[in-house]
Amino acid sequence: MGKTDDPVLKVEGLGIDFGGLTAVNDFSLTVYPNEIRGLIGPNGAGKTTVFNMLTKVYDPSRGTIIFDGKDTSGMTEVEINRAGIARTFQNIRLFSGMTVLDNVRAGMNGVITYGNLSAVLRLPSFRKQEKEIRERSVELLEIFGLKDDMDLLAGNLPYGAQRRLEMARAMATGPKLLLLDEPAAGMNPQETEELMDMVRSIRDRFDISILLIEHDMQLVMGICEKITVLNYGMVLSEGTPSEIQNDPQVIKAYLGD
Amino acid sequence: MNNKRSQIVSFSIIIILYAVLEILLKTGNLSSLFSSLLIPVCCYMAAAIGLNLNVGISGELNLGQAGFMSIGAFTGICVSGMLSGVISNGVIRLVTAMIVGMILAGVFGILIGIPTLKLSGDYLAIVTLAFGEIIKSLVTNLYLGMDSRGLHFSFVQNKVSLEPGGKMLLNGAMGATGTERIASFTAGVILVLICLAFVYNLMDSGSGRAIMAARDNRIAASSIGIDVTRTKMLAFVVSAGMAGAAGALYGLSFSTLEPRKFDFNLSIMILVYVVLGGLGNMTGTLIATMLLVTLPQMLRGLSDFRMLIYAIVLIAMMLITNNEKVKIFIEKMRLRRKEKGAGNGEN
Ligand SMILES: Nc1ncnc2c1ncn2[C@@H]1O[C@H](COP(=O)(O)OP(=O)(O)OP(=O)(O)O)[C@@H](O)[C@H]1O
Ligand SMILES: [Mg+2]
Repeated sequence: MGKTDDPVLKVEGLGIDFGGLTAVNDFSLTVYPNEIRGLIGPNGAGKTTVFNMLTKVYDPSRGTIIFDGKDTSGMTEVEINRAGIARTFQNIRLFSGMTVLDNVRAGMNGVITYGNLSAVLRLPSFRKQEKEIRERSVELLEIFGLKDDMDLLAGNLPYGAQRRLEMARAMATGPKLLLLDEPAAGMNPQETEELMDMVRSIRDRFDISILLIEHDMQLVMGICEKITVLNYGMVLSEGTPSEIQNDPQVIKAYLGD
Repeated sequence: MNNKRSQIVSFSIIIILYAVLEILLKTGNLSSLFSSLLIPVCCYMAAAIGLNLNVGISGELNLGQAGFMSIGAFTGICVSGMLSGVISNGVIRLVTAMIVGMILAGVFGILIGIPTLKLSGDYLAIVTLAFGEIIKSLVTNLYLGMDSRGLHFSFVQNKVSLEPGGKMLLNGAMGATGTERIASFTAGVILVLICLAFVYNLMDSGSGRAIMAARDNRIAASSIGIDVTRTKMLAFVVSAGMAGAAGALYGLSFSTLEPRKFDFNLSIMILVYVVLGGLGNMTGTLIATMLLVTLPQMLRGLSDFRMLIYAIVLIAMMLITNNEKVKIFIEKMRLRRKEKGAGNGEN
């Protein structure tokens, strides 16, 4: 958690325009190893757009993203994930026609070394690796409380479980940085409570950094070491939960004037 | 694991039918009309299994399966014709012809897939539709002959001049004539079994999961490191290759074969087998192909009711294989069975 470590993520001057609309401008952010960072802001502030730029769903118009010491410009969505950034989506995007187990196993494709021919012929190399993948997937499902549902179709899971499955799938890719877009949306208070424990425990267990967007202030203030506030596509404020809670600018942005 | 059961069902259907038909055939109890359908049905099944991977599992619309069959058929016929003096064993020649037909169809699949599958949307449907038509007119205008100096081809009639002893392999609109019929029902059944095993095993592997993930959600698939274009390409090329091998077998089962046999109607017909059998449902595809090819022949006696019965079967099949309620019911049964199984384990 020490600030002396090299940052995992260093974003500077990031911006994007959609036609005439500047959705995000001059966004900077530094995330350190093992940190849980919050990204908050009113609706339409540009939070999801930041995630989309970090994961290359959108190509930024300006600015640099240094991840794990490497400039990510020119990388594709796939390369970004292989480099170590995984995410969840605000509007859940599961593979709804696949089972819960297969959703997680799909996240482990990056480690597969067997070829299609070994798969078709069921060679020992295939069997051995598939066994490992299955074991690791079941382990992840257990952590996210989904083990009993692993044979269900993902689309048939209740809402809260779908959000957890998205996290499990993202974790299956073995990321260094996990981006969570409103993980508690649609969850009841008890589920939210459990989610907070889950987020902390995966951070500790897998030694990763987490950047999370959330409207639930209790959650954000409860688990984030530091919070960045976005308003109209620009960074409004940055600081510890208590600093943010007492920042008059933030209060004004949220309550409106 | 739930797939295991449906896999066993489809393998059993094929093997049992094969045994029954083979006995009927050997004892002379099969009408000539029926026995002439055996190899084509196998070919349609193989092409339909491939197409189901492409359309059902990968979720791309392909309207040119007949084009890939055509490539396989005429390549196969040429390869067999060229090797007739070299390899006398018909089985080896058949296998070689099918492999070459498969490879060439697969190469065409790659060429079409590279520019098309990068884009999301129904581009593949449009391009494969055009491809099928282009292949048909290309082969319709292709004259190919062989003599001791090698292969000669032309797109103008009678421009292929051969040495004495040389022979024409393809004759434009007349297609291939005087083909040695080295295809067999057994080869057809083996092809279907191989295609089935291939698709089942591929689906239950990293690539299969990637194909399904890319179908269900492109953005999410990319976000977990799945190269969407590559996985779609894999499904498409495997589908094309299976059509190619099936086409070669088909072509080598007739002494004459015209290029117009592989038209848009055939592509649609194979697509109908896939859709009626249920997208992603290989057993369904097999049954649909079998029924839809043989039913019109079986109902021939009932001329008045023929189309009626045919229509009823079509509708019933669609309801059974594609109905959400039926799917949910099957899913429930599956879970119940599973729970029972788990309960027994504990006791
Ligand atoms: N692809 C796009 N094309 C045009 N405008 C876009 C696009 N994506 C986002 N925007 C715009 O960018 C702005 C920021 O949107 P974004 O989704 O990032 O907000 P957000 O902070 O995530 O809001 P919320 O809390 O509601 O999720 C909005 O005005 C939105 O309309
Ligand atoms: Mg958002």
